[in-house]
Formats: sequence, structure tokens, C-alpha cells
Amino acid sequence: MESLTRPRVATVWLGGCSGCHMSLLDLDERLLDLAERMHLVYSPFMDIKQFPEHVDIALVEGAVANEDNARLLRLVRSRTAVLVAFGDCAVAGNVTALRNPLGDPMPVLARSYGTDTSRIPGVGANAGSVPPLVPKVHMLRSLVAVDYYLPGCPPPADLIFFVLSELVAGRTLNLQSRATLG
Amino acid sequence: MIADDLAAVRERERTAISLSTARIAVCSAAGCISTGGAAVKDALGAAVIAHNLSGSVRVLGTGCLGLCHAGPLMRVTRGDAEPVLFTKTTPAFAERVIAGLPSGVLPLEQRCDLQQPFFTRQHRIVTSDAGIVDSERIEDYLAAGGYTALERTLAELHPEDVVREVSLSGLRGRGGAGYPTGLKWSTVAKAAGHGTFIVCNADEGDPGAFMDRSVLEGDPHRVLEGMAIAAYAVGAEQGYIYVRGEYPLAITRLKTAIRQAERMQLLGHRILDSQFNFRIDLRIGAGAFVCGEETALIASIEGKRGMPRPRPPFPAEAGLWGRPTLINNVETYANIAPIILHGGAHYATLGTERSKGTKVFALAGRIVNTGLVEVPMGMPLGEIIFDIGGGIPDERQFKAAQTGGPSGGCIPAAHLDLPVDYEALAGIGSIMGSGGLIVMDETSCMVDVARYFMEFCRDESCGKCVPCRAGTVQMHGLLTKMTHGTATDRDLALLEQLAELTTRTSLCGLGQTAANPVRSTLRHFHDEYLAHIHDHVCPAGVCAMNGEDPR
Amino acid sequence: MSVTTLTMNGTLVSAAEGATLLAVAREHHIPIPTLCHFEGLSEVGACRLCLVEVEGSNRLQAACMTKAVEGMTVTTNSETLRSYRRQIVELLLAERNHVCAVCVANHTCELQNLAVSMGVHHVRYEPQAPQLSMDASHPRWILDHNRCVLCTRCVRVCDEIEGAHTWDLMGRGRHTLVISDLHEPWGQSESCTSCGKCVRVCPTGALFEKGTSATNKDPHFVTYLKMAREQKLWNR
Ligand SMILES: Cc1cc2nc3c(=O)[nH]c(=O)nc-3n(C[C@H](O)[C@H](O)[C@H](O)COP(=O)(O)O)c2cc1C
Ligand code: SF4
Ligand code: SF4
Ligand code: FES
Repeated sequence: MESLTRPRVATVWLGGCSGCHMSLLDLDERLLDLAERMHLVYSPFMDIKQFPEHVDIALVEGAVANEDNARLLRLVRSRTAVLVAFGDCAVAGNVTALRNPLGDPMPVLARSYGTDTSRIPGVGANAGSVPPLVPKVHMLRSLVAVDYYLPGCPPPADLIFFVLSELVAGRTLNLQSRATLG
Repeated sequence: MIADDLAAVRERERTAISLSTARIAVCSAAGCISTGGAAVKDALGAAVIAHNLSGSVRVLGTGCLGLCHAGPLMRVTRGDAEPVLFTKTTPAFAERVIAGLPSGVLPLEQRCDLQQPFFTRQHRIVTSDAGIVDSERIEDYLAAGGYTALERTLAELHPEDVVREVSLSGLRGRGGAGYPTGLKWSTVAKAAGHGTFIVCNADEGDPGAFMDRSVLEGDPHRVLEGMAIAAYAVGAEQGYIYVRGEYPLAITRLKTAIRQAERMQLLGHRILDSQFNFRIDLRIGAGAFVCGEETALIASIEGKRGMPRPRPPFPAEAGLWGRPTLINNVETYANIAPIILHGGAHYATLGTERSKGTKVFALAGRIVNTGLVEVPMGMPLGEIIFDIGGGIPDERQFKAAQTGGPSGGCIPAAHLDLPVDYEALAGIGSIMGSGGLIVMDETSCMVDVARYFMEFCRDESCGKCVPCRAGTVQMHGLLTKMTHGTATDRDLALLEQLAELTTRTSLCGLGQTAANPVRSTLRHFHDEYLAHIHDHVCPAGVCAMNGEDPR
Repeated sequence: MSVTTLTMNGTLVSAAEGATLLAVAREHHIPIPTLCHFEGLSEVGACRLCLVEVEGSNRLQAACMTKAVEGMTVTTNSETLRSYRRQIVELLLAERNHVCAVCVANHTCELQNLAVSMGVHHVRYEPQAPQLSMDASHPRWILDHNRCVLCTRCVRVCDEIEGAHTWDLMGRGRHTLVISDLHEPWGQSESCTSCGKCVRVCPTGALFEKGTSATNKDPHFVTYLKMAREQKLWNR
């Protein structure tokens, strides 16, 4: 297939552990097969800084934990036709959202860095060093429209292959009982 | 005590009344007591002694006189003359009234026109004793004809006759659902075996409702008499009144009334020297709305956690401790004595095709005459609000009437001509409920009203079944988002879907009706929802619309 | 014993007298999802997953509590029912902190399995993320309120089978909690006999054994216990 007519695919890494992307790598030689049928335009595996225009399919891993995640997610949504919540953190918040019951991010930060705010990155005098945490971790759906959900922590490689194959072929996805949270 | 003794008490009391030159009734219901009614009554008593009028002036504390917003109310009756009603009385005013009695000159100010529609358009059956009977004196109740119905029942009627009269009256349960009372009684009467129970549901949990409260506080014997007649009809020997702990005055008056009735052999063993035994005990609720639901109420009386269980079996077959149990509302029982006295057919002449008799409403919200009214079934909503209720204050516009409390709905101006009965209200997405009627003008936001009632249901859900416990939480969250201006069309769709879910799948009436305020406002005030969602505007200017996501 | 005949999903099925619709369905391999039901325990009708349509009534009936009646026509799997069941499962998942990935009951959890079987891949409702505690005071087991679905199986098995009535509920609505005795730490409970029945009936990771990753489940053990007691036969 001519590379220009293949679907343009992106994978995005927000607030997650990158396990979903590891599972994607577990496709092993099937990656080569997929590479024939799609055109990977953006991914943590690639050396590209800017999320491109006109993306057909984006797999988004992770929940929205900081303002940078939120900004990137909105950009992805605006430039992507089919957005897939990739893995439990993106689908439901999951481990990334474990801090939500504690309320503000401060108790969580204090637990890790101590109560001396001068030692907490992104807070007070350290503002700007890392993106500030959002008050509450969001699953993707809370901020943007999501087209498909691919649950699992991480989603098994076989399932990722199935999902990518279907979407790349332009079919609508129906996972029924094939997928599970957790 | 036998019938002759009772007649003697009545005679003595009536003679005393006819010999008195004046009867002064002070409203002793909770509303007027909260504005100082007790002090007014004390002052009257002291003044009567001071002016040496003890022999000729009778002071009584009576049931709710209706105009609660203008209390403490005082009703003065002299001989056969028309009674005079004074509003906003004080102890000093009481002294003036008594001082004026010998010369026959009553104060001219603070008088209330008894010819205004608020009084003339009402039809009092349940509240007929207010202003006449002292809530704490059984003799007063007897003199007004009290316990005659029980007497007649025991002397002249078979249990089946009683059930037939009640069926004939067309009376329907006043606790909310409007189930035909006669039918319920006949089911319980037919349920096999001994050990049938009677329960009076006095848990009145709707926010703002105080119909049952005022009946219990003002005329407790009326309820006891109704229960005794019911017990005779269905063959029960033990009754319970489940009254909410927040009604201490009602509890005290009920205790007094039960003691008085027992002493006169109107309750207890061999009532009026017949073969009929019937005891009544009180059970005090602890303030859970759901305990008004009959199966939860039963669990609570049994000493268990007050949680509903699926019906069937209905309490009529298997209620308290598995025995057939008749549960009726306070107001339902209060209708029984008049039905027996005047006949079911006579009662049925009042009202509409399928809703007979009268209904007591608690008028609240943006209405001139807040208080308690009793009207014939079928009176148009607009007449209740504008003629009896005096309309909307501050020259504002009527926007909606909310009936049925957290299980009810909001009725828009287009339906002001609606005759108020069970079917008509249900037809436009509300319910009769227990009689709360909250009037709203254009300063009320319907989305916010829906949110308020959802918050109530969320907090009062017993937590047993998932759709109600968790569904009310989600619906409340979605409504809150709307009032913050952050909701989307997707949220509206979710809300509509959840409203259907909770209605159709919840275990008990609480969950099944929790979405009624949402559904009725969605139906009649859809534009208002859209304004919040699409334009981020609250037309009534009530909602914060701060764009912040509620946590 | 008389036999009742009724129609379920268009097929004629037989039922023993007094059998519930759920029992009839199970006997005939007609799947109806359940959560609060547990074989051998009393029914409470709380989860509302087993609701079915009965012809001639516009009220849905809980199959676990509705007796089969001669001539009844029952539908167990209409599109409406399936949609309601999905919503109920989603409501449960959003209600507390069901983080399957880090739960001891991952892949053995009945709630998770219900979600899978219904094709619930995500939750449309706002996760409530309540701050809830764990009770690890008992030497062998832990109660984690974050995973509790308030099915009251533990309450019933403890009361009805063990006779200890250690567990009960407190609070109402979303604040309802399973508590031991009068809300004392489980480890200090005077009524608990440490029999472990509650742990075995819990459908989720709310009650689990310390140091294990999967809960020890046996859907038939209460029935077995009851039969063994009646017949004094303890070999399995
Ligand atoms: C959540 C809920 C709360 C209720 N609260 C009351 C109440 O406070 N008082 C009452 O009489 N009925 C209440 N009911 C209705 C009762 O379950 C029952 O139908 C009623 O007491 C029967 O009496 P009736 O036939 O005289 O109306 C409530 C029902 C529900 C579902
Ligand atoms: S509908 Fe609500 S109040 Fe009724 S049983 Fe269910 S949770 Fe309890
Ligand atoms: S602890 Fe387990 S068994 Fe007990 S109510 Fe919660 S989920 Fe059910
Ligand atoms: S299994 Fe029937 S309601 Fe839960």
C-alpha cells in the first residue's frame, strides 16, 4: 500500500506507567505486519515533538494527571478522527487516579516529598520545573469525547492487534466480551 | 365505661359549653407554638382568673387553625355569634381580649376576615375539630361527637359492614399512593388467622409537609378512634402508631390521648363493655425518610434496620412479624369516624369520579397564605393557589407548583385549571403525595429545584439497592454540573437515562419516584435545562454558573 | 410435589412448586446475572441485576425473589433489561474505588466478570472516588470498603449460617458501610468466631485473606454446609 494513503496512526503517552506501550511492543513481529498497513506519525517510540495534523487513529495511554496532559489530550482530540482510550488509566483513571480519594494533590505530594514545600517540584518557588498537577485525575472521557475504549492493565497484545487491525481496515470496533478492566 | 356513661360525660360537657359566655381557642399546633402561642394561652388563662371569669370563659388549645404564617392565632366564640379570628396575637393582646369580654368589646385590630375565600372555600372534614376541640381534653372531643362513630360501630355494625362503608366512601390512602382504603381493609380482614396488626403511619417525612403532624397534635383522638374502628373491622387487637421523633408535641399529645381513652375504656380491654379488645402503642422513628415506606416501617417496628423489602408479599398478607398488617396514614384514619357517622355514600358525594372526599394540603413557598388547608378533591389547582392561598406575593408571576414532595413533580402555569385528584396529578407527571404544595414564582430555577429534591433523595436513600443508592448520587452530580454551567448534551442524555433506570428498577417507592422531580421539570421546563447547557445561563438567576466542575 | 409450567424467553419450562424464577432459569441454563444472590442464603433483592419482565405487569420483578406461577410468561434478556443491567454495573464501578488492576480479586471478581459478560468496557458515570478505609485488625483477613458492593452476603452468611451476626450495615445511602459488631475493629469483635465464611461469599475483593492475591471462592459451599448439617454427611 502506498504510504500516503495508509491510515495515519499516533500513540500518545499521558499519565500512565507506559505499560500499555510495552504491551504494544509485545506484538513483536506482528508490528511489521501492521507497519505495512498503517503509517505511524507520532509515538513515544519516535523522535517527534509536535503532535501532527490530520491523524486518523490515536491510541492514548494514561489518565490526565497534570496540565500538560490536559493540553496535549485536547490537541490530540482536535487533530484526530478516531480516538481510542488505551488501557485502564485512559479508560477509567485506574492507578493514576488512586490519589483522587485523598482530595487535593498536596497530601499526595507531601507524602512523597515531605511537607517542606520548597522541596516539592512544581509547587511554590519550584513552579515551572514540572507541569502542575491537576486537582483531580481525569479519565479521558471526562475531558474529551472518546470513540473507543480498549481496557486492560495493560491490554493484552492480542487485543491491541485486533483493535489496530480493525481500525486500520476502517471497520467499526465491537469488543463485546473480549476485553476486561484490570 | 358503657354507652350511658359516655352520654353523661358528653351531656355534662355540652352543658358547660352552653353555659359559658365565651370560648377562646388558641392554636396549639407546632406552628403557632413556635411563634409564642403557648404564652398567649397562658396569658389568657391568667387573665380569666384575674378578671374573675373562670365560670363563664373557657380557654382551649386547639388544632391548627390554618393561617400558620399569621400566628399565634386566636379564635373567640361568644354564644351563637359568629366567631372572631385574631392573628399575630401576644400575651398583652390576650389580656385586652379578656378585659373586653364583660363589656362585649373586642379589639378591632388584628382581626381576620373569616369571609375571605381562605376560610369559605375550604371544606373541613379531617380538620373540622380545629377551633372547637381542646387537643388535650378527651371531654371536648366527646362533646363534639367524638367516639360516637366507634360506639355505633361496636353496637350496630358487623366488621363487614364497616369495611363496606369505607369501600363505599371511595376513600383512598392519604399517605401518597392513593390505594383504595376499603379494598386494603377487606384484604386484611380476609387474611387468615389471629394476631392481625394495625399500624398508623405517622412518619411524615416529606420536607415541608405537616398535615399529619397537625392532625396528631390537634386532634389525636380522631386518629385513635379511626384506628379502633379499623381494628374492629379487620379483627386486630394490637395497633402501633409509628411517629417520627421530630414531633415531640405530637408524641406527648398522643400519649395523653391514649391514656385518656384507656381510662374511659375506649381503648384496651372490652371496649365500651363489648367483646372487642384493642391496644395502641407508640413507636418513635429516628428521622429516616425511608422508614415511612411501609415495609421499612415494619422492619423498624420489629427492631431491625429500617430497610424496605420487595413486595409481594404485601403487609396485608405478611407484615409485622409475618402477620397480616393494616397500614394506613394518619389522615386516612382521621377520615374514618366521619365516614361511619354520615355514611360512606355521603362521603362519596364529595370529590371527583375516582378521588373522593377532601385532602389537606400544606401550602408553602411563594404564596400569601402559607399554612394548612383542606379542600374537596377535584378543586382546580389555580383556585387552591389563588383563591384560598391568596396568590403570589410581591406582585410576582406564578411559575410552578410542586406537589408530592421529593416523589412529586412540578406543575407549570398551563395546568392551573387542573382538578386536583390522584389521576389528574399523575397524568401530568406529578403525584398527590401526602399533601405538600410548594408554590414557586419566577425567582425559582427548575433545574435547581430538581437538584434540591435529588439531594434529598440521595441523602435519604437507605442504601440497599444499587439504582437508588448510586443512581441518585450520579443524577445529583449531573444536575449540579448543570447548575454550574459545565454540563453538556451528553450529561443531559445520561440524566434522562438514569431517571428511567431508577424509576423502573429501584426496589422501593423512594427510588422509584426519586426521579419524578427531574422527569417533570424535563417535561414542562425543558427550555430551562437547555439554557443551562447550551447558553450557560440560568434564566432565573439562581444557579452559580461559575463554570467550575463540581467535585 | 406439584409442578408448574411457565414460559421463559419463548420456551416452555417446568418449575418445582415454590421455586423462584432464578432457580427455574438456572435449572434450564438460561443465564440471568446476579450479585446479591448467593445459593443457600436468604434473598434480599438488592442488586436489581436479576430483574426480568413478566407479561401482564409493567413492573420488573427480581427473579431471585419472585416465585414461578403457572402460566407465567417471562423475558429475561430483552434489550431494555440488558441496558438496565449495564447501567447498574457501571453505577457500581463508579461508586467506590474498584481499581481492578491492583485488586486482590482481579479476574476472580464477580463484579468484574459481570462487566465483561455485559460488554462494559468503560464507565460513563463520574467516578465518586470516596475516601474509604480498610480494616486489617483481624489476624487473618482484611475488609476493604473500597471494593464493597453492599451485597450483604457477608451479613447474611454470618447471621444465617454461622449464627454469629458479627456483620451488619450502618449509615444510609452512599454512606452505608458494612461494620462488625457495633462498629468496632473486626479484630476486636467479640462475636466473630473467625470461621471465614464471609470471606468465602464476598463477590469482590472487599473481604480477603491476608497474603493471598485471589479470594477463596466456592459458589456452592453454603448449600453444601446446609445439606451436610441436615443429613449429618460431611464427605464431599
Ligand atoms: C419513601 C417513602 C416514604 C413514605 N413515607 C410515608 C409517610 O411519611 N407517611 C405515610 O403515611 N406514608 C408514607 N409512605 C407510603 C407508605 O408506604 C404507605 O403506602 C402508606 O402509609 C399507606 O397508607 P395509606 O394507604 O393510608 O396511604 C411512604 C412511601 C415511600 C415509598
Ligand atoms: S429504592 Fe432506595 S430507599 Fe428503596 S430500597 Fe432501594 S436504596 Fe433503599
Ligand atoms: S464486604 Fe463483600 S460480601 Fe460483604 S457486603 Fe461488601 S461486597 Fe458484599
Ligand atoms: S440477585 Fe436478585 S436482586 Fe440481586
